[in-house]
Amino acid sequence: MPQRSDLSIRNASKHFGPTRAVDDLSLDIPANTYVVLLGASGSGKTTLLSILGGFTAPTQGQILLAGQDITLMPPARRPTATVFQDYALFPHMTVAQNVGFGLSVRHLAKPQIAAKVTAALEMVGLAGFGPRRISEASGGQRQRIALARALVTEPAILLLDEPLGALDLNLRRQMQDELRSLQRREGRTFVHVTHDQEEAMAVADLIVIMNHGRIEDHGPPERVYAQPRTRFAASFMGDSTILPAAFGPDHADTPLGRLPTRPMGGSAVAIRPESVLLTEGEGTLPLGLLTVTERVFQGAFARITGRIGDTDLRLRCPPADAPAPGATVPVHLARNGAAGLAD
Amino acid sequence: MTSLSPEVAADRISRRQGLILVAPAALWTVAFFLLPVLSILGLSLYAMEGGKVGTDLTLANYQRFAEQGYFWQSLLNSLLLTAVVTAASLALAFPLAATIAFRVPPHLQRLCLMLAVLPFWTSYVVRSYAWLLVLAPNGVINQTLLGLGLIDTPLVLSFNFAATVLGFVHFFTMLATLTIYASLARINPRLLLAARDLGASGRQVFWRIVLPLAVPGLAAGAFLIIVVVMGDYVTPQILGGNNDLVLPQTIMMQIQRRGDVPMAAALSVIMMVVVAAAYLALARKLTADRA
Amino acid sequence: MRRTALTLAILLPMLAFIYLPVLTLVLFSLHDGRVPVPPFQGPTLEWYGRILANPRITSATLASIGVATLSAALSVTLALLAGWGLARHSVPGRKWVEAAILMPLTVSYLVVGLGLMVSYSGLIPKSLPLVVIGHVVLNLPLAFAILYVQFDRDQARLEMAARDLGATEAQVFWRITVPTLKIALIAAFALCFTFSWDEFIVAFLLSGFDPTLPVVIWGLLRTGLDPQTNAAGTLVFLVSVTFALIVELFLLRRRNAAKV
Repeated sequence: MPQRSDLSIRNASKHFGPTRAVDDLSLDIPANTYVVLLGASGSGKTTLLSILGGFTAPTQGQILLAGQDITLMPPARRPTATVFQDYALFPHMTVAQNVGFGLSVRHLAKPQIAAKVTAALEMVGLAGFGPRRISEASGGQRQRIALARALVTEPAILLLDEPLGALDLNLRRQMQDELRSLQRREGRTFVHVTHDQEEAMAVADLIVIMNHGRIEDHGPPERVYAQPRTRFAASFMGDSTILPAAFGPDHADTPLGRLPTRPMGGSAVAIRPESVLLTEGEGTLPLGLLTVTERVFQGAFARITGRIGDTDLRLRCPPADAPAPGATVPVHLARNGAAGLAD
Repeated sequence: MTSLSPEVAADRISRRQGLILVAPAALWTVAFFLLPVLSILGLSLYAMEGGKVGTDLTLANYQRFAEQGYFWQSLLNSLLLTAVVTAASLALAFPLAATIAFRVPPHLQRLCLMLAVLPFWTSYVVRSYAWLLVLAPNGVINQTLLGLGLIDTPLVLSFNFAATVLGFVHFFTMLATLTIYASLARINPRLLLAARDLGASGRQVFWRIVLPLAVPGLAAGAFLIIVVVMGDYVTPQILGGNNDLVLPQTIMMQIQRRGDVPMAAALSVIMMVVVAAAYLALARKLTADRA
Repeated sequence: MRRTALTLAILLPMLAFIYLPVLTLVLFSLHDGRVPVPPFQGPTLEWYGRILANPRITSATLASIGVATLSAALSVTLALLAGWGLARHSVPGRKWVEAAILMPLTVSYLVVGLGLMVSYSGLIPKSLPLVVIGHVVLNLPLAFAILYVQFDRDQARLEMAARDLGATEAQVFWRITVPTLKIALIAAFALCFTFSWDEFIVAFLLSGFDPTLPVVIWGLLRTGLDPQTNAAGTLVFLVSVTFALIVELFLLRRRNAAKV
């Protein structure tokens, strides 16, 4: 049975000399959540994961699991298990020996280990692969072996460090689905580190956007995408147009006019390209005449760049509707299309 | 004239160029290595008759080896020496290599390794002589022990089996440190983290991850040690003196004192067979498992 | 702090063991006394003066330098050509050729010397050229092992680019292959030089009346402990270490350059 495992990070900091890899960061993660730590390299996401796994001691702060302080608990005793970036599979052992390692070092009986290993390999779709050598496994198989090896120890929290980074695009999509359903079935908390925003949106219950060791924004993927909190979050997730703005109580004055939005304490609003429409609809707001400067065909949609006055604006539309460069077309803002930002 | 497919034609040109480039090294090896080794093999099948090499093929030299305790004993001495030196050198080199690989900060590791093996670059004649200075009855060790009042009369430290072992162990500790370090430095540090994460204790990490992954370095070190110790004449001659002769000493004895080169050849063949057996035993362990 | 203490507790005794004989050798080469044993008196350079005035030692030094230079140059040249041929062309039986070139590594020096002695004694008199031949046999596999791994895919691409731009095979070799492998070539040369410079048994069996330096030192050992032997040994050691440092510096520089 999955145990109840609220994970709580309290004011955690990690300093490397003058660098603050993690900077006074607090976060509560409910049990059974798929969390994605999203950020560029150097954002502190991997350091945070390493602190959760017990490989790095925070300079300050606490990590609590189900109310218990585990900050100083060594990895071996900590109810977390990590899937490492390059999987860190033991090259001198078979697949089964790798998966059974965590049970074997705890001196479980051999038949018991064998049964659990078989079940774990089945769970990740590798039934019958036990006797093979690691060098015979493909990238996707290695990924699954690493997953099985970590899950077989029944951790309360599974930590995944860029787990899909080494896989090609198709396999990555497939593994995203599998990770997601595995998490649902197993009912454990997964903490997954990635720099890929599409991957984050595909798997996460909760996205945590990190920058300079701090949390820029966190919440469900839909909310984080549509209503990013900060300028950084808005530009990191998709290619928003960011406009300077002066806020009123329920609106912002921008170079494109007064847009309905709530002030978030900053001085800018973000507009997603898919919120800029070529046709009027319910609740839309006219933005003015856009002079198209560039049109890039991207398969399912076309990306249009243009200007209204001195303001650059990006939008997406079906390829068939895309205006040619030089054309002037009226554009409209979708309902709730502008998001006020904190700085 | 039949026309060749472009593929076959290109392949022929490439082959010809390749053979021209490889030929000098290959011919050198055949003429000055394979041929001499075969000569040794051939010569071992003739016996000395009245001060000259006889004309009949015979196994007499091998028979003499099998019958005379003097030859037998030198092989046994060589095997014992090799076993002791290999075990002792690896046992000393492993902690040194592991300390450098895991405890010394990464940017200092190369420097540390270089320092640890610098005396490796001494001619074996000079190195053995240097040990003689240390081990002599009035040498550094005896003078120190006498000065400290720990002994009253100098200890006999040189011209015996132990001195030969010491001279070899000194040399091969440095060599094996290099091969073992190479293995240890290639271990992905995440493997050790992963083992810890999965619940392994420090001891378990060592026995189940570090040591198995160091096997190629240990095997490479062991093989180099076996080749040299089985075949080295200098170290036992300088440090061991004329006690407990080893195989290379009896070979040189046949050449220099008895002028019996065919017998020396037969003993060399036996030496090569032993080394080949060691190679076959270790060959499978020389390559690392790469994930 | 405990970690550092433990590290030093392992490193220092090991380093003491490793350096004890060499330091004794060097120290007592400066000893002002007839027998190089404690207590140390001096220092004096007398023994260095004596060996440098000894024509046997000076001529043996020249012989050793000649043998080491020539055999290292030959080993590196043969290894470079063979490596290039095996890496870039479809040589029939490649695996066998590689194994054959590397095989002398698995045979004792004594056997190589004895083999050359018995098979060529009628044709070539015991002499320094025969020692050079023997040392090339010993060093060719080493040089080959170092150079062969350098012919990787990046190197192949550079050569391909040169051919594409119109270079002939000879131009590719001299203007691309040799310059890009310069560091490995220097390292291989230095390594072969040191091994040849230090080598005794092959030289002993094959040098005849023109001994190399290790053979002369071997002769000096008959007189027992002698500060002259210390001085000669120290000089041999310093030359070897110089070349070893060249190997280390060039290989190290290459590794750092690769990181950029």
